[in-house]
Amino acid sequence: MKRLLPILPLLVCVIGVQLACSATDTNYYLTQLTMSAYYSLLIIGLCVLMGYAGQISIGHAGFFAIGGYISAALTTRSLVPYKENAIVKFLDLSGLLLSGQTLYGEELLVVSPGFACGVAILTAAIIAVIIGIPVLKLKGHYLAMATLGFGIIIYRVVLAAEYFGEADGISEVPAFPLFAGLSVSGNFGERVANYYIAWGVLIIGLILLLNLIDSRVGRGLRGIHGSEEAADAMGVNTARFKLQTFVLSAVFAAIAGVLLTHYNGGIGPSEAGVMKSVRYVAIVAVGGMAHLWGALLMSIVLNFLSLRGVFGSYDDAVFGLILIIIMLFAPNGILSIGFRHRLAQIFTRKSKQTDGEA
Amino acid sequence: MTTELFIQYFLAGITYGSIYAIVAIGFNIIYNTTGIINFAQGEFVMFGGMIAISLLQFMPLPLAICLAVCITMLIGAGIEICFIRWLKAPSVLRMIIITIGISILSREVAVHIWGESIRALPYFIGNEITSIPVFGARMSPQVLWVVSASALMFIGLGIFFKTTSVGREMRACASNRKAATLCGINTQNMVTLSFILSAGMGALAGCMMSPITYSQYDMGTGLAIKGFTVAILGGLGSSGGAVAAGLLLGVIEAFSVSVVPLAFQDAIAIAILLIILFLRPQGLFGSKEASALKEF
Repeated sequence: MKRLLPILPLLVCVIGVQLACSATDTNYYLTQLTMSAYYSLLIIGLCVLMGYAGQISIGHAGFFAIGGYISAALTTRSLVPYKENAIVKFLDLSGLLLSGQTLYGEELLVVSPGFACGVAILTAAIIAVIIGIPVLKLKGHYLAMATLGFGIIIYRVVLAAEYFGEADGISEVPAFPLFAGLSVSGNFGERVANYYIAWGVLIIGLILLLNLIDSRVGRGLRGIHGSEEAADAMGVNTARFKLQTFVLSAVFAAIAGVLLTHYNGGIGPSEAGVMKSVRYVAIVAVGGMAHLWGALLMSIVLNFLSLRGVFGSYDDAVFGLILIIIMLFAPNGILSIGFRHRLAQIFTRKSKQTDGEA
Repeated sequence: MTTELFIQYFLAGITYGSIYAIVAIGFNIIYNTTGIINFAQGEFVMFGGMIAISLLQFMPLPLAICLAVCITMLIGAGIEICFIRWLKAPSVLRMIIITIGISILSREVAVHIWGESIRALPYFIGNEITSIPVFGARMSPQVLWVVSASALMFIGLGIFFKTTSVGREMRACASNRKAATLCGINTQNMVTLSFILSAGMGALAGCMMSPITYSQYDMGTGLAIKGFTVAILGGLGSSGGAVAAGLLLGVIEAFSVSVVPLAFQDAIAIAILLIILFLRPQGLFGSKEASALKEF
């Protein structure tokens, strides 16, 4: 249970921030914090893949977009023209479709958000398996380029496919009702509720991953990171462990995509862009590759600042610079022991020098 | 498909293919001396074109191109000295992330200097509509510039590596860095030189292609991906392979336009990359034994 203890202070922080925001009438911060929480869900998944299993992925925005776009498309694109289709009929009878009327009195028939979400996550998982089996055999530069290539293909597809709204993306995505009147949506009235939904999902994901990395699988993954051959020799099924982690992180990304799309009420092609994937890698790197808490902290801070527009037009430049600086000076992240040690050394040396002068 | 159309597509393929080949050779030069894939390779091409366009306001075209190539070479040297030189035995993952960071930073610098507008150098001879008839198809004279410049660079590089003393030192550094150091070769300077060479080649290609394909701040990533595809296809590290693979990819892409929508053109190159990576990571012309010894 020791590994789960830090969850408590996190919970206190989450509730504290909400109370503070509501008390000072600055609830608008909660919107960005909610979005940051969803992005963080992707980040912690990627952190396990990159930090623990040691497999870089520069295509995770692709999985995010698969989740978001499929859910958005299914819940907004009307199925009325296909009403006679056997599959549509079957789905309608199974209660997986929503029918009603639009504001203009036209007939409306779309997939219900719950089922769409399931389809989106399943699709992401299947694509992750199909891509993962060959890709994870690659190493280093090849792996990086292959995942980058995958990300670009997804970007091109959503940008070129009429079904996904081309450059405009998909807007007017309906709310995602969960249970007991709660729903994932961008309504002002539900801002506080959505803040807790997002953080609830994030914390559940976090507990899952914390348990995973402390289990037999997690130790196997760290073995793979250290030396794949050695792990193989010790009887770790490296191919399967890598694939499972890849799929898991893809599913995390897809869930984040689905929920954020319903929260924002839309999704655009920029969410699938290469820059987004690079940004996720940057955040994981800053947090310290194999450091779930560091990645989470950095993700919340950097995403929040970025969403608030603090970096202005230098947004991407800031992330590029962070990436270079961290990799040059603290390749294990700024929370790593080595880096703290070095910092301490620098400071003690300085103080010794001043002592000498005095 | 008529013969004229066939030749037209073929010419377009050769034009793009020779550009890809040059970018791929740029990858190879740096990869050979350092074992690093420089993800910022496409940005050199962008810088070359953009700087030449800016300089054109003050000087005639040939001078602007020469100066742009020189400035990009300096940028290449600067990048190596600032970010790569003093790292001791960095891991591959670290180098990948650093060069990606450099690529993003270069792009952001470019967008803040030149903005998001699409620019182009003027055609070297004639204008947009000047054309030479080739077996019933039409070809812009600029295509000849692109192809001949690429061919000259390829041949010049071959002579440089084969006959000059510096070229031989660079090759020694490529085949065994430790042994080269023991022979008294300053391997660090060779790495800087490889960045300079590769930046210069990229910049020259950027100037040559600018009238046809235009220059924009974010053209680098797409080119880098295609250059990398070509480098892998031809066998990483082999210049001859890169030329053959570059022309092949260019022609495939050009003909693909007649089958699939233009928007998916990039996706085709990447799909080829993925298939090659899965099936034959040593490349079409590379040997399996040799690639097994390399570190990625």
